[in-house]
Amino acid sequence: MAVLEILRIPDERLKRPSEPVEHFDDALRAFIADLEETRRHGPGAVGIAAPQVGCFQRIVIVDVSNTRKPVPNHGHMVLVNPEIVHWEGYEMGREGCLSVPDYTGNVIRATHIRLKARDPHGAALEYTMEGFEARALQHEIDHLDGTLFIDRVVSRRTDLFRRKVYQKGGAKD
Amino acid sequence: MLTLVGEDRPGIVAGVTDALFRGGWNLGEASMIRLGGNFSVMMMVRGTGDVTEALRPAAQSMGLHMHVDEISGDLHQHMVPNIQVRVSGADRAGIVAQVTGALAEAGFNILELESDVAGSRERPVYIMNIQGVTETTLERVEQALDALGDVDVSVSSIETLIG
Ligand SMILES: [Zn+2]
Repeated sequence: MAVLEILRIPDERLKRPSEPVEHFDDALRAFIADLEETRRHGPGAVGIAAPQVGCFQRIVIVDVSNTRKPVPNHGHMVLVNPEIVHWEGYEMGREGCLSVPDYTGNVIRATHIRLKARDPHGAALEYTMEGFEARALQHEIDHLDGTLFIDRVVSRRTDLFRRKVYQKGGAKD
Repeated sequence: MLTLVGEDRPGIVAGVTDALFRGGWNLGEASMIRLGGNFSVMMMVRGTGDVTEALRPAAQSMGLHMHVDEISGDLHQHMVPNIQVRVSGADRAGIVAQVTGALAEAGFNILELESDVAGSRERPVYIMNIQGVTETTLERVEQALDALGDVDVSVSSIETLIG
């Protein structure tokens, strides 16, 4: 196992979309072990995506079971070819990224998602998740599509006005 | 640290930053926002020479008051907030002083405060959103704000996602 080098902005490769995994073999599982070691090596990262270490395959790891205040979670998850099939609600929360050192910002994400994925052996997985865990998944899947959270940062002031509009009219923008 | 304030009009940010760019000044962290009918700019700049001179023509032509403080600030000194306090209540004198006083006593360091007046002209409602850091617990911050009676206060922890 090895700690892999994390790509950091302004590395253009972070914008590159990743390809679906086709072979669920030992090489895949060895890479996942390295990816996990890399995640643990970083300061308090709850997730990591393969393209963050320069491997452009649709693989993410998420584990939010160790937050300061406990949140609903499914423990440690390795998800291959994850796909969100349902979104609901929205909420703002603060995010940072292993690939964006020394910066955090507010991002609006869906509060509830349903997702399908494969495990490292190719078996089908399905999850329904909410809150912080759902946020982590959306952050990581963004990496697979070449999007960083800094492309989604909003100001709190924006959110305050959005809230008012949503509550009164229930209108979507 | 550069502070500029003046009546809002289109082109302030462009005018100010262009003058700084031409004068060879580098921009750091900045906060620029419209408050009331005014536009305010606070930013950290780095360079050599007299920044006041570099900006005077632009500031004068746009009617901006300017203030410069030499500071030892540097990049990468960000603090990440871990507690958020939302306050709302009938607009009356002293809300901010009472809330922030209670927070200070609880050892809460404010990193950012935004406030606005919502509601109607007859029944204005003051809304405030504070983010800050504290070593103490959320419960302790809640207790500190409990005594404030007539305002709604909600304290929540901010869990910053790193991934
Ligand atoms: Zn990230």
